[in-house]
Amino acid sequence: MDRSPTDISVDVQLDLHRRMVRIRLFEEAAGRLAESNRLPGFLHLYVGEEAVAAGVCGALNDDDHITSTHRGHGHLVAKGGDFNRMMAELMGKATGYCKGKGGSMHISDTSLGMLGANGIVGAGSPIAVGAAFANRYRGRGQVAVAFFGDGSTNIGAFHEAANMACALHLPIVFACENNEYGEFTPRDKTMAITDIVDRAAGYGMPGVIVDGMDVIAVHEAAVEAVERARAGGGPSLIEAKTYRFYNHHGVQNLGLKYRSDDEVAMWKQRDPIFTLEDRMIENKAATRDQFDAIWAELRADIDTAIAFADESPYPTPDQIMVGVYTSMTGAQ
Amino acid sequence: MADERKLAYVMAFNEAVKQQMEADPNVFCAGEDIGAFGGVFGTFGGLQAKFGADRVVDTPISEQAIVGLGVGAAVTGLRPIVDLMFMDFICVALDQIVNQAAKLKYMFGGDAVLPLTITTAGGGGLSAAAQHSQSLEALLCHIPGLKVVMPSNPYDMKGLMTACIQENNPTVMIKHKRLLGMTGHVPEESYSIPLGKGNILRPGNDVTIVAYARMANEALLAAEELAKDGIDCEIIDPRTLQPLDTDLIVSSVKKTNHAVVVHEAVRFGGLGGEIASQIQELAFDYLDAPVTRIGAPFSPVPFSPALEQHYIPNAKTIVQGVRDVMARV
Ligand SMILES: Cc1ncc(C[n+]2csc(CCOP(=O)(O)OP(=O)(O)O)c2C)c(N)n1
Ligand SMILES: [Mg+2]
Repeated sequence: MDRSPTDISVDVQLDLHRRMVRIRLFEEAAGRLAESNRLPGFLHLYVGEEAVAAGVCGALNDDDHITSTHRGHGHLVAKGGDFNRMMAELMGKATGYCKGKGGSMHISDTSLGMLGANGIVGAGSPIAVGAAFANRYRGRGQVAVAFFGDGSTNIGAFHEAANMACALHLPIVFACENNEYGEFTPRDKTMAITDIVDRAAGYGMPGVIVDGMDVIAVHEAAVEAVERARAGGGPSLIEAKTYRFYNHHGVQNLGLKYRSDDEVAMWKQRDPIFTLEDRMIENKAATRDQFDAIWAELRADIDTAIAFADESPYPTPDQIMVGVYTSMTGAQ
Repeated sequence: MADERKLAYVMAFNEAVKQQMEADPNVFCAGEDIGAFGGVFGTFGGLQAKFGADRVVDTPISEQAIVGLGVGAAVTGLRPIVDLMFMDFICVALDQIVNQAAKLKYMFGGDAVLPLTITTAGGGGLSAAAQHSQSLEALLCHIPGLKVVMPSNPYDMKGLMTACIQENNPTVMIKHKRLLGMTGHVPEESYSIPLGKGNILRPGNDVTIVAYARMANEALLAAEELAKDGIDCEIIDPRTLQPLDTDLIVSSVKKTNHAVVVHEAVRFGGLGGEIASQIQELAFDYLDAPVTRIGAPFSPVPFSPALEQHYIPNAKTIVQGVRDVMARV
């Protein structure tokens, strides 16, 4: 891979690195908790794909919007999500982001422009179109990003969203995480194209393929697409070729053989965090000690978050009916 | 009885599909992850290995096209089984289910046959949150042209699934996710249970409990508890919700003079309202108390187990409901 220095400043590289490490640590902690049966419900981990969320969200402002998927923790972390509230939500606690109502699959922080993980494949993209519409309507230069998986491009919602965004020339970026699988079925069994980016031309938007294990490459493509959107240049599609290191949900493959060990090992060799660290050290942009300190600092944050979540109370049954509707006197 | 064959609910489904595929070459299955993987709940396990990828088809994540595939193949002479992984995803395919599958025959002046089975998995209790836990059967029962089935045990699962596949109208077979591992007696040979025929799960004299799917099992537990107090419950499991075995329900109520209707779905606008109305229209003079409905509160299904356990009705809430009805005498 290209290990030459990039035009991206060391500060930005360190920022992207930090976002990725935060995702990795959160996800690995969540995985360990799930394995010891301390997390209820489904858990879709983002480990391996960190460069996509980090590279794209690193190109966004705080008031830009994103929509996410069932594999949504990474997107929220990359947008600045708070570990404590995230961990509490995963445990179903009252102090969680969704007060225990949503859990992993619906984790959200509207104040960070994160419009929710989503349990319905493909459902995020049309919502991102709506956010992009509202952003242009208000005229404050905000953009919206729809994160979505390769598998979700087989559903009508994606196509309607892509077409409408292009027809209305909206400030939006479609960011595809192509990890080559939808659940346990390989991409080549469910579509006759290899590259999701081929779909972009059908709607009249530019599309690029980037190495989704290279956060710098993702970031450069995202900066270009986000600038185009902000400047009124309309939608674009970024296809990041990436891979999830763990199972579709949970951690272990449960002995289910739908990917070969060699394939998993090959992708793990290209770990987005370690390759960035190696490259920065080689380019004298950072030192191993510096990275060790970052990991240690963020690990402590995770420990704090787990303790916070553990000590937090569960919601009480009287909360079941709270938050179904907004009352006319204010939000519940 | 000791050596009678036992099978899990999920395998009872699987065996019905397998036997019907053996019996009729026009039967095929299509859905997400059902082929090599056997379905996320294991419902289609081993079928692709046995019947090949042309008859057990892995589809893209395309619920609308999956049901459309079934509608088009059914109306042109095949007998499709199409799977929507979670019941919540019927919403993604609702046009094909409601406006197409249910209505083609009627709109064509009767000149179309749709031997289509849509299979899906409903219900909560897994902390799967608001988009993976719903019980949307009332939505489907409201649509003329559809038949809707919700088995409560392995025996009924096999017989009803067989009937669904053999049926010449679009049916929706709703498995309950929390019953997949439930085991019970299931004969090896093929058999079918007629759609529209309910079942007396437990005979009794004092109160009729109408309950289906997982709630039928909760009602059985409740009945044991109530028996200790001398309250003798008759439990009616309609098994098929559309068409509904109103005769069986009404004749039971005429005997017991009390009725409690239970479902896991949201109470407001749920099937319990329809069943209660049928009872009061057809057995008003026999009732000693108003019909009680038990269902979930009017909110989406909450994620946290601390909330969900209070959200879904259970044996305890059924016991309370029955006591209330009996107290009103
Ligand atoms: C409408 C709908 N259909 C099916 C599912 C079940 N499901 C959850 S994730 C998933 C695979 C999604 O694949 P992809 O979009 O590639 O995302 P990835 O999991 O690979 O990140 C499926 C089929 C769902 N949640 N929603
Ligand atoms: Mg994928």
